[in-house]
Amino acid sequence: MSLRIHNDHNRFKDIVRGRIKQNLKDYIKKGEFISKQGNDKITVPVPRVELPQFRYGSRSQGGVGQGDGKVGDPISASPDQDAGQASEAGSESAEHSLDVEVSLEELAQMLGEELELPRIEPKGSRRIKNQKLKYNGVHTVGPEALRHFKRTFRNALKRQISTGTYDPKNPTVIPVREDLRYRSFKSVEKPESNAVIIYMMDVSGSMGEEQKELVRIESFWIDTWLRRHYDGIESRYIIHDAMAKEVDRDTFFHTRESGGTMISSAYRLCADIIAKDYPSQDWNIYPFHFSDGDNWSVDDTRLCIGILREQVLPHVNQFSYGQVESPYGSGQFIKDLRDSLKSHQAIALSEIKDKDGIYGSIKEFLGSGR
Amino acid sequence: MPHQLSPELRQLQEKVEKAARDAGLDFFTTIYEVLDFDEINMVASYTGFPVRYPHWKWGMEYERLSKSFEYGLSRIYELVINNNPCYAYLLDSNSFVDQKLVMCHVTAHNDFFKNNFAFQHSNRRMIDEMANHASRIRRYMDWYGVEKVEGFIDSVLSIDNLIDCHTPYIVPSSQKESDEDDEKGSGDAKIGRLKTNREYMDRFVNPEEFLEAQRVENQKKAQEQKKFPKEPTRDVMAFILMHAPLSRWQKDVLEMLKDEAHYFAPQAMTKIMNEGWASYWHSRLMTHNIMEPNDVIDFADRHASVMATSRTQLNPYKLGLELYRDIEERWNKGQFGLEYDQCDDMAAKASWDKKLGLGRQKIFDVRKIYNDVTFIDEFFTLEFCKRQGFFSYGYDRKKQEFLIDSLEFIKVKKKLLNSLTNLSHPLISIVDANFENRSELLLEHFFEGVELDPVYTKETLRNLFKLWTRPTHLLTTFEERPMMVSFDGENYKEKMLSRQL
Repeated sequence: MSLRIHNDHNRFKDIVRGRIKQNLKDYIKKGEFISKQGNDKITVPVPRVELPQFRYGSRSQGGVGQGDGKVGDPISASPDQDAGQASEAGSESAEHSLDVEVSLEELAQMLGEELELPRIEPKGSRRIKNQKLKYNGVHTVGPEALRHFKRTFRNALKRQISTGTYDPKNPTVIPVREDLRYRSFKSVEKPESNAVIIYMMDVSGSMGEEQKELVRIESFWIDTWLRRHYDGIESRYIIHDAMAKEVDRDTFFHTRESGGTMISSAYRLCADIIAKDYPSQDWNIYPFHFSDGDNWSVDDTRLCIGILREQVLPHVNQFSYGQVESPYGSGQFIKDLRDSLKSHQAIALSEIKDKDGIYGSIKEFLGSGR
Repeated sequence: MPHQLSPELRQLQEKVEKAARDAGLDFFTTIYEVLDFDEINMVASYTGFPVRYPHWKWGMEYERLSKSFEYGLSRIYELVINNNPCYAYLLDSNSFVDQKLVMCHVTAHNDFFKNNFAFQHSNRRMIDEMANHASRIRRYMDWYGVEKVEGFIDSVLSIDNLIDCHTPYIVPSSQKESDEDDEKGSGDAKIGRLKTNREYMDRFVNPEEFLEAQRVENQKKAQEQKKFPKEPTRDVMAFILMHAPLSRWQKDVLEMLKDEAHYFAPQAMTKIMNEGWASYWHSRLMTHNIMEPNDVIDFADRHASVMATSRTQLNPYKLGLELYRDIEERWNKGQFGLEYDQCDDMAAKASWDKKLGLGRQKIFDVRKIYNDVTFIDEFFTLEFCKRQGFFSYGYDRKKQEFLIDSLEFIKVKKKLLNSLTNLSHPLISIVDANFENRSELLLEHFFEGVELDPVYTKETLRNLFKLWTRPTHLLTTFEERPMMVSFDGENYKEKMLSRQL
């Protein structure tokens, strides 16, 4: 039964969704979601949903309570609990917010709508097949747990009527062994398009904690968005200073190396991984590289461009380079890439100044829908 | 949706109502409906009514109730509506003992609705009225668009606590006379003539030019004094309805919402009394008439959880119940009146018993002619306060937490009364609707030591602007200094004032 309230409830949810979209920029900036996945619920504070009225501030009023205690005793819980606010004073806009649960999936969808990100058309011939079991058959043998009651009953009834043992006045139907039917499964092959994201990060001395945080948040959202479009998605992580190595996710985000920067080392490793594990006719490949743009030498930059042009770009859906601003870096690398590879379709370049820049940068990376 | 009451429950209703009637309760016919949790959440979101106008705020409330039910934080056992016949909803998953308790509770609420003076002007056909409002607003939505009507309702709901809850009880008689008085006041009589004993000197001492100048001066003054409204009015909703430039449908919507606000006001005015009364009677009827021996434990458990006190929040059920019991005892023993009050001997006072047996009659009288403020003011005594262990608390800015600030009876009682005044809403009135002679709206907050919430204040001024369509201002006190907050349609402005205007 549908209740009348559901219209009002949906209306409320629309309003909340609208508010979330308005504040999406602020949510994206936050690093606290990045341990979440897919259908995980996350709680976002949605400001100013409640209808405003002139009312007393929660702090100044105080009240009357009942129980033991003498003057000066703290009363255990704070009475403004119901307002659901953090205990510290905070900025004014942070107060009066309603905590709303949304799934990451929904948030990613809103991100897509708000940034007007196009759907990604997976390439490849979908040659990778995945086997799935589907319960759609009926057998005469099987485990009792899978017994098909309706079919069994129907068979028993049919048999009793045809043999004349069915009595309408006493309609007891007793199935015998031959009447029993069981559900059974068949395996179905389902084509799937697969994707791999190869993250590369510069961890040379000039990349500070702040820069890494930017990379971490940005790669989280990119990951979330791409996951919406591919059933199976793999992630590979490469860190580099003057040398490149493949690491796991945790190390990727938390290592602090130091030393010089030879970007070509990472690109070479990336090209190797692609060549070895991900034949480009079957895989959608998304390499992302984040750096502060301070490469070792002009020669190395030239080498990088060479690797990209010949070994990476022809195989990938899109190669993305994000340059975070760092007080030490010269930021020359993005200019070099722009000069020599600008005409190439499969490359996306973006500069990320600070946390506010993440929003725009995501759009630059994912806006092409490749 | 309505489910037939099971024969078991119907029998129970008869039994409860007979016991209640025998005990002297006088109530409307009650119609019980049993609802499942989702339905009861819906009805509760609609503040107890099956049909309300479409608005997202019910959806918000529904979300909150459903969530807290889902997480096992709260459940609603019953809902009762002040209406004739009185409608009450029972949760279908209540145990049978719960249903017994709830029926006793509901019957006493019903008696309170019927007999307390605060409800004398209340619309006893509110279910129909609410449904009418809903269909009218739906029609406006069809005609003018959902967004537009809902947006307007949002603005109106922002001021729906700014009503004068006493308007229904005031007989408008003296108003007209005072108007006439004002007219007469500005006549010739006040023109200041210089004194002279000789009549023939008068035209030299007070020449015509001088008198004329005085007259002009007087007229000017009178003009200045012609304030609008003449006296500050607390009924902001009514004022906006009368004087704001609204279209017809907007006026209609505003008036409906004003009626609804007035309908709920008496319930807010008597929360402690009403819940206390219902708790007194459910306890009394259960223990004397209704309960079977095997219900005792469950009943005691349920009753105790309703009566739980908290250090941070006042429990109106508990406070009300204890006060009625205290009154009953005092009037039974004759612990009232001049002789008792003037007795200095504490021992004699404690064992004072004149065996008057007036208790029951007294509490029936009390439930008729008091509201929460007068109830607390009259019966919240020193002895009662000490016995129940009340204290008052406030926010300590240095320690950043709430501390007990007093155990003193006078302070506790003052805080309690303050928190009940004006239905716990700030006292705000319109002082000038032609502020600065630019038809801007000036409101004033009557400051009693508790500051307004700054964020909500601004948002409310914004919504008020939408109704009044001219800049809105509020005089209030912030951090112990008078301040004026303004909204001019685009920006907020805060101005510290050196003195109150």
